[in-house]
Amino acid sequence: MGNEFFSLLYSFHFYLFGLIAVAAAIAFVTRKSPVAAAMWLVVTMFCLAALYVMMDAQFIGVMQVLVYAGAIMVVFVFVVMLLNLGHPSELSDISGKWGRLFAGFLGLALVAEILTLTRSPMDLRLVVPTIPVTVTSTGGIIGGVSGPLFREYLLAFELTSVLLLIAIVGAVVLGRKRSAS
Amino acid sequence: MIAEALALSALLFTIGVVGVLTRRNAIIVFMCVELMLNAVNLSFVAFSKLYGATGQVFVVFVMTVAAAEAAVGLAIIISIFRHQESVNLKDINLLRG
Repeated sequence: MGNEFFSLLYSFHFYLFGLIAVAAAIAFVTRKSPVAAAMWLVVTMFCLAALYVMMDAQFIGVMQVLVYAGAIMVVFVFVVMLLNLGHPSELSDISGKWGRLFAGFLGLALVAEILTLTRSPMDLRLVVPTIPVTVTSTGGIIGGVSGPLFREYLLAFELTSVLLLIAIVGAVVLGRKRSAS
Repeated sequence: MIAEALALSALLFTIGVVGVLTRRNAIIVFMCVELMLNAVNLSFVAFSKLYGATGQVFVVFVMTVAAAEAAVGLAIIISIFRHQESVNLKDINLLRG
């Protein structure tokens, strides 16, 4: 009985966080004020972090809260403050009737496409590996992520540091005041 | 749970696409792109439950790229704002000729 109850509780929370994520995302794209939109996006990101933790990706969940909700969104809100865009202007920035119709139609088409894809008679499922993946890391939760990161993907990892350096230099060059030359 | 997570990921991605198409505030368009990246991350994590932790490694890379993109993109928006006094995409038409 205990196991069944746990499973039910798990499903309930999975759907709960998923519903909150979708509702917050819809609220996010419909808000006029950039600050309100950013706050709703933070709610979506927190729900996604909860889902990551529920799907045995605890490290990614922590990174989601720290990097996305904590760092990237702070930069967004900071820029909104810097440009003094906190007040929604009289003119909404949401495009006109035709633009909204087009976007809504495209969104419905995308969802319908995905739904038909899952119901298609063709076997589109990915091939499940014959050897079941087992968590062989000895380093606990983080070991499962950091092991491949520092072994198989070491070159990519080093390249991301170059990418971050380029981003820092680029942001500084773009953001500084143009000197009177 | 994997199927539900993938469906949720598809829904969030679609909401992000609709946001990019309907909004004209450059900052909100950027945030919609972040939402789309998040949706992709969710599928990566869902698949990592099936295929091992490699998916989570990719999520780390996607987060890095998202951070770099946000930094450079927002710097570009600031420098556009200095020129145009606006972040409305309607006003940014320098290349229209």
